[in-house]
Amino acid sequence: MSENSTSELTVGQRFFRELTTGGTALTLLSIVLAMLIGAVLIVVADSDVQETAAYFFSRPSDTLLAIWESASSAYAAMFAGSVIDFDAPSFGESLIPLADTLTYATPLIAAGLAVALAFRAGLLNIGAQGQILIGATLAGLVGFGMDLPAVVHLLFAVLAGFIGGAIWGGIAGFIKAKTGAHEVIVTIMLNHIAALLLAYLLTTQLFRREGQAAPISPFVADSATLPTFFEDSRLNLGLFVALLGAVYSWWLLSRSTMGFRFKAVGHNPHAATTAGISVARSYTAVMFIGGGLAGIAGASQVLGTEGYLSTSIAGELGFDAITVALLGRSSPIGTVAASLLFGALRAGAVTMQAQTGTPIDIVLVVQSLIVLFIAAPPLVRAVFRLKVRAASPMAAEVGGKAA
Amino acid sequence: MRTARRSESSDASTQLATRPAENMPAEPAVALTRHWRTPIMFGVFGLLALVVFGLLPDGGRESTFGLSLRDDVIQLAPITVPSKLAAILLGVVCLGIAAYAAWQTYLGRRVPLWLSITFGVAFVLAFLTWAVAGSEISLTSALQGTLALSVPLIFGALCGMMGERTGVINIAIEGQLLAGAFLSGVVASLVGSLWVGLIAAPIAGLAVAWVLAVFTVFTVRYFVNQIIVGVVLNVLVIGVTNFLYSSLLSPQKETWNSPGRFPRLEIPVLSEMPVIGPVLFHQTIIVYIMYVVVVLAHIALFRTRWGLRVRAVGEHPEAADTAGIRVNSVRFRNVLLGGALAGLGGSYFTLGAVGLFSSEMTAGAGFIALAAMIMGRWTPIGAVFAALLFGFANNLQSVLGIIGSPIPSEFMLMAPYLLTIFAVAGLVGRIRPPAFNGQPYIKS
Repeated sequence: MSENSTSELTVGQRFFRELTTGGTALTLLSIVLAMLIGAVLIVVADSDVQETAAYFFSRPSDTLLAIWESASSAYAAMFAGSVIDFDAPSFGESLIPLADTLTYATPLIAAGLAVALAFRAGLLNIGAQGQILIGATLAGLVGFGMDLPAVVHLLFAVLAGFIGGAIWGGIAGFIKAKTGAHEVIVTIMLNHIAALLLAYLLTTQLFRREGQAAPISPFVADSATLPTFFEDSRLNLGLFVALLGAVYSWWLLSRSTMGFRFKAVGHNPHAATTAGISVARSYTAVMFIGGGLAGIAGASQVLGTEGYLSTSIAGELGFDAITVALLGRSSPIGTVAASLLFGALRAGAVTMQAQTGTPIDIVLVVQSLIVLFIAAPPLVRAVFRLKVRAASPMAAEVGGKAA
Repeated sequence: MRTARRSESSDASTQLATRPAENMPAEPAVALTRHWRTPIMFGVFGLLALVVFGLLPDGGRESTFGLSLRDDVIQLAPITVPSKLAAILLGVVCLGIAAYAAWQTYLGRRVPLWLSITFGVAFVLAFLTWAVAGSEISLTSALQGTLALSVPLIFGALCGMMGERTGVINIAIEGQLLAGAFLSGVVASLVGSLWVGLIAAPIAGLAVAWVLAVFTVFTVRYFVNQIIVGVVLNVLVIGVTNFLYSSLLSPQKETWNSPGRFPRLEIPVLSEMPVIGPVLFHQTIIVYIMYVVVVLAHIALFRTRWGLRVRAVGEHPEAADTAGIRVNSVRFRNVLLGGALAGLGGSYFTLGAVGLFSSEMTAGAGFIALAAMIMGRWTPIGAVFAALLFGFANNLQSVLGIIGSPIPSEFMLMAPYLLTIFAVAGLVGRIRPPAFNGQPYIKS
């Protein structure tokens, strides 16, 4: 009977329990705390606040007003840029920010899954950046370098992206499996190698756009471009490819034998070996599949959002992917949700920078603080006087020996 | 997890007996397994040098190496060598070293570090002779550029070493360098004194390291992964410095971002030595501090009681604990010490090299420093040579860019990363990190 007690809880009860004792409350509080500290930075850097602070003791209300003005307008702009813009002329246009959020979230979902899958097998995939770059390179090459019929071309280009990322991830997994070299070191090095490789390729005849001094590739052919949904938004079919990746990851982890092996290896490689599971093969496989998903993120950037290959095609996606996977507790659903949040932060920050002049880098600060707070339950608990159990069990599993 | 750790540590302790550290010159007790990878790799690279740099290119061209700068006291004539012959000779030297390494391995001995360094120098010289064929480069200015690029790498590698020798992985070297560069620049601008800026630099690194240490050493009960915290800290420091750069430093440059540079100090007599004199002894104060720090770090790690304790904590925390060493406070203090070193190294970017802060100016140096630490096998002297090698490769791509390099500059820049992968995969020498690297210690 006692074994069944958890499953006998109603959905509402379980949700409540999760919310109060589990990770959700902690996650929400971490987000709030990070946004508050972000606000402090915004306020400190605001010139109005600096001016009024000079005569703070004669008229403190001015300073307080400026502080409120600065922080609230920044976050209001962020909201307007990421969810709904109430000032837009029509209802359709007021939803464009939401589409922007989804556009930014698309590569994060795919790349976040790459990191999350590796986490589950006990590996820290710091190499999403490199996998995205190589995926984007191959997808781009197929996209602008080949001439194929409409649908086939797109499918082939996305597949090329998957393969590119899978090879790059697979190399790291293989080296880890065969030599025991720490995957963190190998993937960091592979990131740099991938970036330099792309920089070199963009100087070659094959990749260089004609008549362009800047190292950028030709535009991807129309037949290989991911179709967009709306006229005024870059949101494209890549979102569905990424979501498909999430569904696949969910199936892999919770319904397939291979996923079971991954999780077993992640929990305890020694026990998994005893049970007859090849740890080496699981490491290679999980990095191959994960790398492929990151490669799809690269493909969606080059075939959809950007439309051509450049050295900045991956931006900071690889590192955002790590934070996304952590925030999403390395579950596929969590990763999607975290990607939406970070996509919204990105989209909102672009508007915020345009409207209030707050540098876009505030997003990096907020993102990293969120993850730090999630990693530090005692801290959040102390600040909010909350009772939560030690969170982030996954981080514990991803231990292992270094270098 | 406990059982996993135990068995890994027992693997590690058997390896300990065969460890080639320089303070253990005695014959290894367990030498039954011979590791042929190093001689094989030497052989492959030696053959590469002989064939690609020596035999394949056309003869008849000459490589010229300048040895003096214009204002040097002692002027040396540039050396001119026939490219093909010199490269062939150097290739033969490489193969000779490979053969000697094979002989040592056959005898069951390990390939000593100095042999690896000699091989590296011979290979690089062969490469240079080939790359410079038909033109001229100044060796002195190449070495100067090398040292300039290596200084932050050496500080960063020492930072990583301080942590990892006690078992804490510090991926946040990059963040600590950047924080040091930022704060030293800002403080020097605000106060108007470079020296105050130099004092602020280690404090910035210390602050970043403090967060890392708090998270990874004292909250081990919550299983916060050291690498994750490191990665996140890097992003946090990049975010904060970029933010403040665009909102304060860039618009109000005069107040916030005009620190200036330390002057180069010439050490009398020593700086007049040919070739290396102007390279080593005509430098800023930060470089001289670095010399002292490297020597101190080496002595402290391998010749003092403190160093023994530090290494004990990294190799076998339980044993160290039993012997009365407070494992977690040793770790905590060492991470802080490392942070201060990296912060100091960061100041070289602003106060030593450029003269002002620019966003993300460390540009991945922290990760190359990590690589240098690994290539240098977690020893200060080894890390210095690895950092110099990486700095050399980095500098060379710009030098060769001027005279027209036979190899795309991107591939030159890749060298440190490729070498590191080879190294951790066990292809170049055998590399063994401290046994309990990256594992939290929970007193039971």
